[in-house]
Amino acid sequence: MSTVVLLGPQQPTPDVGAALALAHVKGPVALVTAGWQERESDDQALVESLGMKAVNLTLHARSEQVFAEDKPFAAAHKAKQGRLRLVNDFYRIRLDHEFEAARSISVRHVDPELLAEEQIESVEALKQLDRDHLERCQIKHDELADRWRPFERPAIARHRKELAAILDDVEAVVVMGGHVVSLLNRMKLFGLVGLCKNQRWFAAAAGAMVLTERIFLFHDFPPHGTGIAEVLDRGFGLVRDLVVLPDFRHRIDSGDRAGISRFVQRIAPATCVAMDVGARVHVEGGQVRHALCHRLDADGFIEERWTG
Amino acid sequence: MSARAIDELAAGPRTKAAVDAFFAGRAFPIVDGPAITFVFRGEAEAIHLKHWVFGLPSSQQLARIEGTDVWHLTLELPPRSRVEYKLEVVRGGHGEWMQDPLNPHKARDPFGANSVAHGEGYEVPSWIHPDPESRPGKIDELWLDTKTFGRRRLEIYLPARFRRTRRYPLLVVHDGHDYLRYAALGTVLDNLMHRLEIPDMIVALTSSPDRLVEYANDERHAAFIVDDVVPQLERALPIDGRPQSRCLMGASFGAVASLSTALRRPGFFGRLLLQSGSFAFTDIGDRNHRGPLFDPVVAFVNQLRARPIAMSERIFISCGMYESLIYENRSLAPVLEATGMDVRYVEARDGHNWENWRDRLREGLSWLFPGPFLFVYE
Repeated sequence: MSTVVLLGPQQPTPDVGAALALAHVKGPVALVTAGWQERESDDQALVESLGMKAVNLTLHARSEQVFAEDKPFAAAHKAKQGRLRLVNDFYRIRLDHEFEAARSISVRHVDPELLAEEQIESVEALKQLDRDHLERCQIKHDELADRWRPFERPAIARHRKELAAILDDVEAVVVMGGHVVSLLNRMKLFGLVGLCKNQRWFAAAAGAMVLTERIFLFHDFPPHGTGIAEVLDRGFGLVRDLVVLPDFRHRIDSGDRAGISRFVQRIAPATCVAMDVGARVHVEGGQVRHALCHRLDADGFIEERWTG
Repeated sequence: MSARAIDELAAGPRTKAAVDAFFAGRAFPIVDGPAITFVFRGEAEAIHLKHWVFGLPSSQQLARIEGTDVWHLTLELPPRSRVEYKLEVVRGGHGEWMQDPLNPHKARDPFGANSVAHGEGYEVPSWIHPDPESRPGKIDELWLDTKTFGRRRLEIYLPARFRRTRRYPLLVVHDGHDYLRYAALGTVLDNLMHRLEIPDMIVALTSSPDRLVEYANDERHAAFIVDDVVPQLERALPIDGRPQSRCLMGASFGAVASLSTALRRPGFFGRLLLQSGSFAFTDIGDRNHRGPLFDPVVAFVNQLRARPIAMSERIFISCGMYESLIYENRSLAPVLEATGMDVRYVEARDGHNWENWRDRLREGLSWLFPGPFLFVYE
């Protein structure tokens, strides 16, 4: 498996250039900024900061071309996304109820040993919900793939050929953050990971999330109610047994030990890392080799400067 | 401490210098924990605090510190209260209502402006102020020729990053012009979109020349909104025409208009935002104490309570605890929820006013239309 370097948020100042330099990457590199959506091509400042030749793969723009050119497939893809949104809505409803049940149980004045057992059951129920949701998402993806064979469709095949040619000439692929669903879908549409051979990956924020096995969405300070982390979908699995939470300082209530503990148990046995600006995780063969980030533990503490 | 501060003044020498020193550098009204002391300085026969907090006497006399021109009244207000008020200054036997000259906090409304007392813990939300990093949306005037009411003027808010190639949710706002002027709706939309807390959306700001009639469960109004305004806008602008992408909102009678329109056209609006709705009803008979303007509202709400239906998908309801309408709104929420609709009901320690409605916009809009903040990691 490839060498992967995961990075934290790149706002306000990107540090991906420094990570490339540290890894002695000379370039050229391929850029994925599809998470920026329509702003995908606004990459001048980023390219300057890399200090080497970079080719933007323009996956967002290529997707739009595919959808404009291949209307039947575009309609099928759109319908799948619509169904996924509904599946996600229903998962959230179930998740809300499961959290409510866990909360109701946790405040009961009963034998602490029994309560501890029940808390484990509550976490198990959440894990099962997450597993079921991932499975249902995968079924929807498989249905589209089986019926439409996207890589065989001329519009997509042509772009894949072009992308493969670009990738042949690059030393590394840099995946920036942004809208994680958009990024995931565009990379998936062209089978980008499968097109890469021995290129190294440098992925920041949402880019880091999509290279793991499971993508969790989270925010402890939403504009209403309380935030409940939810699993979005499977990622590309270049990084195993790791759940990545970027920009944790703005998104995680570090004082909520019970919440952190519950989340860490929910994603176990995977390790949960919180990645702020400047964080790094170096991965070889799918496993963490060394790191400089925060790790969340099962007691609800945040281990700062975790080194892997 | 506020009571003590005023007591210390009363207990002191009561000289002009002492009074001047008391006023120097002090913020008014004086807030100390739950105690809020209203103070007036000047010659008068009497001073009254005039406010609209339902449950308290609406007129309360300030006491004069003998030998001075200082008047004061201390009220206990629960944390996070926000109270709009005026002072009535009685001179020559005539009372004149005025804003508190010592208080810089004002709230404007269509009738002028009131002074505002911020209780302990109340903070003006940061997202109601222009943010230099937020790109402002564009507001254009639009005249529609409608089958129902002839030619009507609307204002249309387009988000800063508006693109014709995208499809946007549509928010239709009753009394939209007032929401812009008195509830900072334009700035709030700019900021919430910039923070990714709501999606970019198109907002239609409607107004009525005869709102108390048209908004009170009038079939013509429902036809105007559903058969005239929305279809014309959907033809002219890139709007996602699904019910879950349509929201109708309003405050006071505007909330009645929103709910009655939704009830007359079930399923058309998948989202409703109802603020301090004038949802008067009776449990027996049809006489209400609010006057004849409310008669059609009472008939409508009584009918709804008798045969509630799921006319929408998600409804956000807010009301101030210091409004006389709190009972009606508290009563309505479970009725709507029992139909299976997703209902969120919130209360605030505030009154029937535009800044209360402004302060609830973030919670309401982001719940009805969650923005992409959960999906964006940069």
